[in-house]
Amino acid sequence: MEEHLVDWSRAQFALTAMYHWIFVPLTLGLGFIVAIMESIYVKTGSQEWKKMTKFWMTLFAINFAIGVATGIIMEFEFGTNWANYSWFVGDIFGAPLAVEGILAFFMESTFFAVMFFGWDKVGKKFHLVSTWLVAIGSNLSALWILVANGWMQYPVGMEFNPDTVRNEMINFWEVLFSPVAVAKFLHTIGSGYVMASLFVVGISAWYLLKGRDVVFAKKSMVVGATFGLITSLFLVLSGDESAHQVALKQPVKLAAMEGLYEGKTEAGIVGIGILNPDKTIDNDEHPFLFEVEAPYALSLLGYHDIHAFVPGLKDLVYGNEQRGIISAQEKIDKGKLAVQALEDYKEAKKANDMVRANEARLILEENMRYFGYGHLKSPEQIVPPVATTFYAFHIMVTLGGWFTFLFAILLYLSMKKDISDYRLLLTAAVWSIPLGYIAGEAGWVVAEVGRQPWAIQDLMPVGIAATKISSTNVMISFFMFATLFTLLLIAEIKIMTKQIKIGPEGGH
Amino acid sequence: MGFGDLELLTLQQYWWIIISLLGGLFVFIMFVQGGQTLIDTLSSNETEKTMLINSIGRKWELGFTTLVLFGGALFAAFPLFYSTSFGGAYWVWLSILFCFIIQAVSYEYRTKPDNFLGQKTYEIFLKINGFVGVFLLGVAISTFFSGAEFHLDSNFFVNWDNDLRGLEALLNPFNYLLGFSLVFLARISGALYFISSIDYEPIRDKAVESIKQNMVLFLLFFLSFMAWILTKDGFAVDINGVVVIQEYKYFTNFIEMPIVLGMFIVGVLMVIGAVYTAIVFKKTCCIKTGGVGIVFTVMAIFLNIGFNGTVYYPSVTDLQSSLTIMNSSGSHYTLMTMSYASLMIPFVLGYIALAWYSMDKVKITKEEIESPDAHNY
Repeated sequence: MEEHLVDWSRAQFALTAMYHWIFVPLTLGLGFIVAIMESIYVKTGSQEWKKMTKFWMTLFAINFAIGVATGIIMEFEFGTNWANYSWFVGDIFGAPLAVEGILAFFMESTFFAVMFFGWDKVGKKFHLVSTWLVAIGSNLSALWILVANGWMQYPVGMEFNPDTVRNEMINFWEVLFSPVAVAKFLHTIGSGYVMASLFVVGISAWYLLKGRDVVFAKKSMVVGATFGLITSLFLVLSGDESAHQVALKQPVKLAAMEGLYEGKTEAGIVGIGILNPDKTIDNDEHPFLFEVEAPYALSLLGYHDIHAFVPGLKDLVYGNEQRGIISAQEKIDKGKLAVQALEDYKEAKKANDMVRANEARLILEENMRYFGYGHLKSPEQIVPPVATTFYAFHIMVTLGGWFTFLFAILLYLSMKKDISDYRLLLTAAVWSIPLGYIAGEAGWVVAEVGRQPWAIQDLMPVGIAATKISSTNVMISFFMFATLFTLLLIAEIKIMTKQIKIGPEGGH
Repeated sequence: MGFGDLELLTLQQYWWIIISLLGGLFVFIMFVQGGQTLIDTLSSNETEKTMLINSIGRKWELGFTTLVLFGGALFAAFPLFYSTSFGGAYWVWLSILFCFIIQAVSYEYRTKPDNFLGQKTYEIFLKINGFVGVFLLGVAISTFFSGAEFHLDSNFFVNWDNDLRGLEALLNPFNYLLGFSLVFLARISGALYFISSIDYEPIRDKAVESIKQNMVLFLLFFLSFMAWILTKDGFAVDINGVVVIQEYKYFTNFIEMPIVLGMFIVGVLMVIGAVYTAIVFKKTCCIKTGGVGIVFTVMAIFLNIGFNGTVYYPSVTDLQSSLTIMNSSGSHYTLMTMSYASLMIPFVLGYIALAWYSMDKVKITKEEIESPDAHNY
């Protein structure tokens, strides 16, 4: 397959996924925040809370529309650009997507209409239930697609069938409750809740800085900061579990996240660091130009044991007999056996030679877990882009820490003091909105760049997964998406900022 | 006894019926798309246009969701179709998706202040979605009868044999018949929907007029399409899985599957009946009858090519790569698992109907749209 094709296919997927991810987190979190506000309105009957609900709902809708627009392409892009992948795993991957459609999307879209147009058409309670169902529905949508993503990082519950040349599901529950999928789901929706809280406290802070809509802004601030503080603690916990899962299931990714070349026990985490650009896997340069390390932290984070051995990239590429880690070359050799055995099997079956077919099948089964390695050319190929993964991970973690601190202090000051007096803090809250988006995107970069070269961990590298098509086609569609999504994003931001300027009093 | 005890073939047929049902529901809900093409024709001022847009604007997500589910169900139940057709006919599907991407933002952004592209652009987006999106979907489905150019390798990976990557379907004039049929059908159901949901005489009168014109055009294209498929050679598969070309295959299928034929005839008659009642008796509830009729008709056409040893996605460059519901489906386990999930469908349809009923029992009026407190598109 031509090399540019894979790059363009990846670029297009990254582009569309990252655009989609600008809008999803707000939908995930703001849905619940709006539902909480409306619950208070229904309970108290206060018009103030109704106005607040309607204002945040308007912003929710502006964001929701473009989230839907950028979302539809994601579902079909597995087919259009990753056709081989789609066949190879479609028997597992398709099911969560279909269940998502049946259970989640209809809930979201049906009650979305009630939530927006039903104020005077249905009763108060029915309306409130609808708002909650929109929030629950959108979070359920996230569940199924993240289960699918979790499966790609850690394939479970399936068996390879050489007759159909694909993986077939044998245990749905194992797919659904895979520890990687669960951790991924919790951490991802958690990040959505934090993003939405940042959005609410940031906009409220802007009103306070302008000295307008003060009562509204203070109330919104309390809701946002409370929700934000609770969910950012949840985010820390789910992040810890995610890292633990990465350590167990994708040690190469963990090593790249930390720029760890030589494995060690009692490994620390680099809190702040600058990577040495001259460092490669096969030279002895020091990996960092500058670093501040928290001792024991990586062993603790990865394996929940401060003495645990954390393998470095060198151990994983070249093997480490003492620690029982086999080298990538050995895996490539086994992978090549598997790939060859599959070809032999197909040929023998065609020739109706069942004895040979069975022999080939045995070799295939024995080496199947390294099947994807059979397509690699060199052991070094298993190393993802270290710098991208490292910096993305550190940006995400640092910002996550800042957000937790920000929510705590905003909440404290809102309750105990007049928050309007703390202008510097309010300014910081406004600027934390874009930081939230950066943190979220960085998280996905860690997850997806960090698992390169795999489309499906150990089973299928991206080079095999892509649809066979001339790269010019994908290049053209890439620019079409880039243009259209950018135009829509500009429209969205302009509409959103205009509505914020109009404020809760001016419109609906 | 559960789904797990069923034969693989039974599960494949069950899932083809669900796909057919979803296809039918999707074509029905294209009244939103058809309505979008009528927003200027049926209105004489901004308020009337806003009434029209708000009427279908409360339903567009349902159509969108049905499309998404249609894709998801195909991926899960017939993954080989998903990978072959979406990956192969790249440009047809991407073009359709572009037509839907622009729809999703247009309702919400159309009249918002500072919307960057301007109201006119968003209305053009809605029309592109209504005309081009629907037309291309018709063309894409028409290749189920005319065939596509692909072959599968020994890994079942798709190789497309035409550099136009799907757009070559536009070079076959027969494919236009279904494309235009869908466009005019959607305009008819769009008008029927407006009549039922908007309580305002001038719009209702114009809608009736538009139904008359579109019905003539629809019948012209649809009858030609039917004449074409009933007389053409079809793609059949024998018990050994060998694909052959068979004379009058689709006609034969109707004769050999009287239930499907009956469904088709009842469906078509219901659509005609709905249109007749709307025009002659000025009834406002015809979208329901017409809708059921559309679902039946489309289902019957899908069942025709899925059942009775028929190929539903033929390859004209490598006949033996053609897809049938037998050779393109998910495994027994996956189909069984999803069949349990499919038991939720009646429940889902139930709450959609409930929400729909609660919202539509209060008709859209001029007063509501002009009220300052309304959430309008």
